[in-house]
Amino acid sequence: MALSVREYRARIKSTESMKKITRAMELIAASRIIKAQQRAQAAAPYARELTRAVSAVATYSNVDHALTQEPENPTRAAILIVTSDRGLAGAYSSNVIKEAERLVEKLKGEGKEVDLYISGRKGEAYYKFRQRPVVQAWTGFSDQPTYDVAADIGSTLIAAFLGDDEEAPHEGAPQGVDEVHVVYTRFRSMLSQEPTAVRLLPLEVVEGEERPTDEDLLPLYEFEPSPAEVLDSLLPRYVQSRIFFALLQAAASELAARQKAMKSATDNADELIKKYKRIANQARQAGITQEISEIVGGVNALADAQAGSE
Amino acid sequence: MAESGSTLHVELVAADRLVWSGEAKMVIARTTEGDVGILPHHAPVLSIIIEGVVDVQTAEGETWVAAVDAGFLSVANNRVSILSEHAEMSHEIDLEKARQELERAKQAGENDDAAAEAVRRAEARIRAVERAS
Repeated sequence: MALSVREYRARIKSTESMKKITRAMELIAASRIIKAQQRAQAAAPYARELTRAVSAVATYSNVDHALTQEPENPTRAAILIVTSDRGLAGAYSSNVIKEAERLVEKLKGEGKEVDLYISGRKGEAYYKFRQRPVVQAWTGFSDQPTYDVAADIGSTLIAAFLGDDEEAPHEGAPQGVDEVHVVYTRFRSMLSQEPTAVRLLPLEVVEGEERPTDEDLLPLYEFEPSPAEVLDSLLPRYVQSRIFFALLQAAASELAARQKAMKSATDNADELIKKYKRIANQARQAGITQEISEIVGGVNALADAQAGSE
Repeated sequence: MAESGSTLHVELVAADRLVWSGEAKMVIARTTEGDVGILPHHAPVLSIIIEGVVDVQTAEGETWVAAVDAGFLSVANNRVSILSEHAEMSHEIDLEKARQELERAKQAGENDDAAAEAVRRAEARIRAVERAS
């Protein structure tokens, strides 16, 4: 009870204004999630058609492509970590980074060197602070990624994957990597988002992911100009669309995490206000009690003094 | 999807959205080999398309024009999907802006691959608008 009533009032006020801010952020995140989900849904047809086309090519032609070939002795891996640009989203970014660190450890255990590629300012800051090298970072779009960004990231990673495979990997600055992983947060529902690591390259084309029905069986396609060329332009796009998918999922997860974090912040503010109000009232009553006892004591003292002088 | 009807189900898909879908009598697109026209009951084909204009004649006899980037055309079971990173219907394109972009792209120099691509893209958009009007 060390503080005066006035100081508690000030605390209540500041907590209330903080509560207003967190409530506003919660509402903003909530409305953006809907948009992020719509964006993810809008991107689904493209991904679906592309997957269909890729599996069609993979099924009906035996063309090997550089992007699907498993290197014999993988010595170097690249990891793309998808984090957020801004904080106040609970443990969102640190969960992704933790998952990524686990993957780094695992790859290092397998004797591979790891190159880091990062999307999002939080991840960039994390590695900068620890002075660990990052090959490239992209920032400024984490809550509404565009396809162009995904295309940019995709072509960088593909270039790294295809980069000077034949040359001796001991000299030359931009060494080619042998595999590419992506760590992002999968959006399961509003309540649960899960950091996931997937291997992007070399590609494993998943055939028949959706069980084909009779009329949906892949027809015998003709390829123009040739299967190899179709595959050549199809696969990079497939990679980019996978990255776009990861970015969209991460955006939705980030917003959901932020909404959850802000909701609990608002709830905590409510509780704090309640507590402060109780303490303030107690302090107020203590003050009143003290004043009364002072008055009573004063009156008594006066009465005693008068009685003594008579 | 294997209706016996004599229309094509067309989906024009950009990376971030479904631009247009509906029934059509004919689709014309530009592939690396040249313009192709797809009619109902076309054999299954998968081809690469380049920046250009896609014409769609709908079942009601209207013509839709869209500007697309490089991408794919796949035809199977009377279903046509046109996939492109960016695609716009002609009525969505701002002609003035497209012209300005063309100017800018031309000034950026044409020896560069990216610049040449930007020029082709801008030209395709302008062509799409002109064709539609």
